[in-house]
Amino acid sequence: MFLIKCPYCGERDQQEFKAGGEAHIERPKQPTELSDDEWAEYLFMRKNIKGVQFERWNHAHGCRKWFNMVRDTSNDEIKAIYKMGEKPPAQ
Amino acid sequence: MRNKYSVFSLIKNALSYHENWQRAWKDPAPKKEYDAVIVGGGGHGLATAYYLAKKHNMNNIAVVEKGWIGGGNTGRNTTIIRSNYLWDASAGLYDHALKIWEGLSQELNYNVMFSQRGVMNIAHNLQDVRDLKRRTHANRLNGIDAVYLSTEEVKKFCPIINTSPDIRYPVLGGTLQRRAGTARHDAVAWGYARGADAMGVDIIQNCEVKGIKRNGDSVEGIETTKGFIKTKKVGVVAAGHSSVIANMAGLRLPLESKPLQALVSEPVKPIIDTVVMSNAVHAYVSQSDKGELVIGAGTDDYVSYTQKGSHQIVEGTLNAILELYPIFSRMRMLRQWGGIVDICPDASPILSKTSIKGLYFNCGWGTGGFKATPGSGDLFAHTIANDEPHKLNAAFNLNRFVSGDLVDEHGAAAVAH
Repeated sequence: MFLIKCPYCGERDQQEFKAGGEAHIERPKQPTELSDDEWAEYLFMRKNIKGVQFERWNHAHGCRKWFNMVRDTSNDEIKAIYKMGEKPPAQ
Repeated sequence: MRNKYSVFSLIKNALSYHENWQRAWKDPAPKKEYDAVIVGGGGHGLATAYYLAKKHNMNNIAVVEKGWIGGGNTGRNTTIIRSNYLWDASAGLYDHALKIWEGLSQELNYNVMFSQRGVMNIAHNLQDVRDLKRRTHANRLNGIDAVYLSTEEVKKFCPIINTSPDIRYPVLGGTLQRRAGTARHDAVAWGYARGADAMGVDIIQNCEVKGIKRNGDSVEGIETTKGFIKTKKVGVVAAGHSSVIANMAGLRLPLESKPLQALVSEPVKPIIDTVVMSNAVHAYVSQSDKGELVIGAGTDDYVSYTQKGSHQIVEGTLNAILELYPIFSRMRMLRQWGGIVDICPDASPILSKTSIKGLYFNCGWGTGGFKATPGSGDLFAHTIANDEPHKLNAAFNLNRFVSGDLVDEHGAAAVAH
């Protein structure tokens, strides 16, 4: 349980948000040319990092907008929050 | 020589004030080389080592554990054991485990307090009713005992449940597996550790794996906080930390690690003599032999390794429990904790070889691994010893995420899983 500073609404309880998993997984540009291995990699394989991880979150019970977060999964400390489409901060 | 536990050894040791019991397992320093090393000294890892030694004559092996044995999810779960899964592959896997549970205390000469008190899953809406009926039929076709219960039969089997039709989560029916039940989780780890140790397995605690050494596509050994250990076979049974170990070997797994919570109440007189699971509201209750209510909650939806979990998850579970069991309204909760569970996209485990020769993973048990401990160890030992899966775990390979042949138990078997 922690507070999240939504880039549109400000600081709110984590309960209002929905976690959307690992960020910056780009949808393949040529899906028809992908091998089964590449599809598996895109669909299922995750870094699942213990430490600093880039994630997507959605303010589900607020503005309903998506945004990105950099969070340390070993202690739930939020390092940075940035809007969709913005460049991720260097870590 | 390992002394056998019996009523005579109990009397003998009582005469010396229980001060001369033999150590249940040794505390060895790691050797330079082993035939196989198991990473993770929880129930599954220790069971794997036990069956490698017992059934496959691999005695020059070690279990390395970063903390103390059974201190992770083995000691954090709600001890529920059942095998009423929907799909054939899962039914085979979990019922294999349940059959071993039935004779485990005798086999290990260690009382794991396996209690077949039955597990009842209850339905709260029409879709639950349809799903549970379907699952009952599927179970029976697979030779797993299952019966469907009406609301009245649920009430008769567990009288403290509120079956009034006007509550938030009305009870519309349920299923019962009578062979299911609970066991003492610590005893499972200790019993397997003692059994493996007696056959020459080195159990090395406080030994964290820091790296996996590869030579091309084969494993050469592991770097640990107690030095380098040479081995050609590494079986990783690290639950929530499986991805961390996989990353060391340059692999990615289809896992997300999330906190799962449980809590226990103050001890009270016997009030609930079975296990009741409510899948739709993610609340399950049983009572330990000490008299505490053991309550399982759900997972958080974000990746975290904190072993804590959010308050609102517990609050939601307790809201549901209070409505289903009004008699618990004045119970006080004593302890709450979290464990990190590794969840697969299809909510089924992975017991598999990998693209690296000699590296095996047993992971992805998610929120329901305890029940499978003996079967998981047995099948994983077979996979490591023969470099081929047993037919019961062949479906649970890593390649299913490439082929698309998933074993989708999400929502299919009782969700709370």
